[in-house]
Amino acid sequence: MSLLKPTHQVCSWTRALDDPASLATYVAHGGYQALRRVVTEKVSGDAIIAELKTSALRGRGGAGFPTGLKWSFMPRAFPGDKYVVCNSDEGEPGTFKDRDILRYNPHQLIEGMAIAGYVLGARVGYNYIHGEIFEIYEIFERALKEAREAGYLGDNLFGTDFCFQLHAHHGYGAYICGEETALLESIEGKKGQPRFKPPFPASFGLYGKPTTINNTETLASVPWIVQHGGQAFLELGKPNNGGSKLFSVSGHVNKPGNFEVPLGTPFSELLEMAGGVRHGHKLKAVIPGGSSAPVLPADIMMDCTMDFDSIAKAGSMLGSGAVIVMDETVCMVRALERLSYFYFEESCGQCTPCREGTGWMYRVVHRIEHGQGRPEDMELLNSVAGRIGGHTICALGDAAAMPVQSFLKHFGREFEHHIEHKRCMV
Amino acid sequence: MLSQESLALIDAEVAKYPADQKQSAVMGALRIAQTEKGWLKPELIEYVADYLEMPAIAAYEVATFYNMYDTRPVGRHKITLCTNLPCALMGANEIAAHLKQKLGIGFGETTEDGRYTLKEGECMGACGDAPMCLHNNHEMHTHLTPEKVDELLDKLK
Repeated sequence: MSLLKPTHQVCSWTRALDDPASLATYVAHGGYQALRRVVTEKVSGDAIIAELKTSALRGRGGAGFPTGLKWSFMPRAFPGDKYVVCNSDEGEPGTFKDRDILRYNPHQLIEGMAIAGYVLGARVGYNYIHGEIFEIYEIFERALKEAREAGYLGDNLFGTDFCFQLHAHHGYGAYICGEETALLESIEGKKGQPRFKPPFPASFGLYGKPTTINNTETLASVPWIVQHGGQAFLELGKPNNGGSKLFSVSGHVNKPGNFEVPLGTPFSELLEMAGGVRHGHKLKAVIPGGSSAPVLPADIMMDCTMDFDSIAKAGSMLGSGAVIVMDETVCMVRALERLSYFYFEESCGQCTPCREGTGWMYRVVHRIEHGQGRPEDMELLNSVAGRIGGHTICALGDAAAMPVQSFLKHFGREFEHHIEHKRCMV
Repeated sequence: MLSQESLALIDAEVAKYPADQKQSAVMGALRIAQTEKGWLKPELIEYVADYLEMPAIAAYEVATFYNMYDTRPVGRHKITLCTNLPCALMGANEIAAHLKQKLGIGFGETTEDGRYTLKEGECMGACGDAPMCLHNNHEMHTHLTPEKVDELLDKLK
C-alpha cells in the first residue's frame, strides 16, 4: 500500500505503517514524487485541472462541489498575491476524518497543497486547524518543519523558480469557521462571521486576494490523482462520484472509527465494517453526512449506497461523510433537542433568521422533550425552520433547519406522542 | 506582562502572515497569553492588542467570539466535556453526571478551592473516540469511563 501503487486507500494508507506521520515514511513510499514531477517537468496547470475534472473528485468537506471546476475559477494568471487555504476546521458533529489525515498522513496534505499552489499560482498557503485538536495541530506543525527542512516547502523548490510557503493557523472554538468565508475572516484575526457572496473567494478571498479553499481530504487526494491519473481515481468510485472516501462512523456501533471505502459502497457493508449495531440492537435511524444532513430511517438507509448521488436521492446529503448511527433505544426528540442546542450555541449572530430562529427551535424542542409541548408546536417548528432556510448569508441557517424538518418528517409520531402524553414512547 | 518565552511564541505566529497583517496572529497570541496567565483579563487582551498594533476592541471581539478563550477566571484545571449527539449516544451524559457528582459543581462552575472548572463543550471533531474531554483546552482525553475520569481528576492537582 503506498502512493506508488493504486489502492482504494487514497488518504489512509499510512495508518498501518510504523511512524505514519513522518516524512521518512511518506517519502519511502513514493511521497512528494508527484510534486517533484509537476514542478521539475513544468506540467501545465491546465493539464492538472483536466485530470481533476476527469477524476470527478468532489469536495470532501460537505458541499461536494467538483474540485477541478473550483480550481478553474481561480484567476491563475492574476499577477498579484494569491492563496491556497485548507479547511481542517472539522467541527461538524460526527466528523473526525481530517483529524486522522493530519495525524497519520500530514505530508500527503502538504504535498497536495503545494501542488495546488503550483497550479493556482499561489506562493503561500494556510491550513486552518480546528481549535479543540491542539495536539494534532502540533503534529502538523512538526510535519511542516520537516517538509521545509527537506526542501519540499520554501523558495526555489527542486531548483526551479517555484516557491511555496505553508503555515498552520489554529482555531479556538467556533463551528462557524468551517464556513469558508468565516474561516478567511478568522485567519485575518477577526470574529468568524461569514461574508456575503458574491464576490466569491476565487476573486476576493484572504486579504482580499484570489483564494481557493478546499477541505483536508480533498487536497490530500490531489497527489494520488496526479500520480495515478484522474481516470484511475474515477474508477475507484462510480461515475460523478470519483474515488474512495473516508467515512467517520460514530454512535451506536460496536467499532466506531474511520473507514475509507470506494464511493458507491453499500451502507450495509460500511455498517458491517464498523462492527454492526451495538448489543445486537435494531437500527433505527442514521444521519449519513454530519449533523446538518437530514436524518434517514433505517429502511431507507439500508437501501442506500455511500455516494453523493444515492444519498441525495434518498433525501439527505453525503456531506462530510459523517455517519451517526442510532439504535432503537434513541428518543428522537431528545436527539433533536441536543442538535438544536448546538446550532443555537454556534450561530454567529449575524443574520436575524438564524440568530433568533435557532433559539426558537431549541426552546420549542426542549419544551416538547420536557413534557410541556403544545399541540401547535410541530407546525411552529416547521414554520420557523422554513423561515431560516435560504434566508441567511451562510449555510449554517439551512444546516440548523434541516435536522428539525427531517426529524419531524420521519419521526413525527414520536414528537406527537411526547406532546400528547408528556413522555417518551421509546 | 508576558514572559519572554510567550513573546517569542507570539513572534513566531506573527511571522506566519504578511508583514502588514499582524492582526492575523491575534488568535495565536491570545491562546499563548491565556496559556501563560490562566485567563484573559481585560488588561491582558489590551496588551496583546498593543503588541500586534491593532485596536483593543478588535482583540476583545476575538476573545469573546471563540469559546476556548476564558474572559473570566477559571480553575487551575478546566475540564470541557463534549455532550453533542454522537458523544451523547456513546455515553457522554453519564460521564457528565459522574463529573458533576464527583466535583459537586455544574457546567460553567468552578470548585471552591479553585482547582477545577467544568464546562460543556461542542463538537471537538473526535466523535469516534467518544466520550471525550479537553483538559485546559489542549490535552484531549478519549474513551472516558467513570474510572478513567477518577484517575484523571486525581492526577490534576
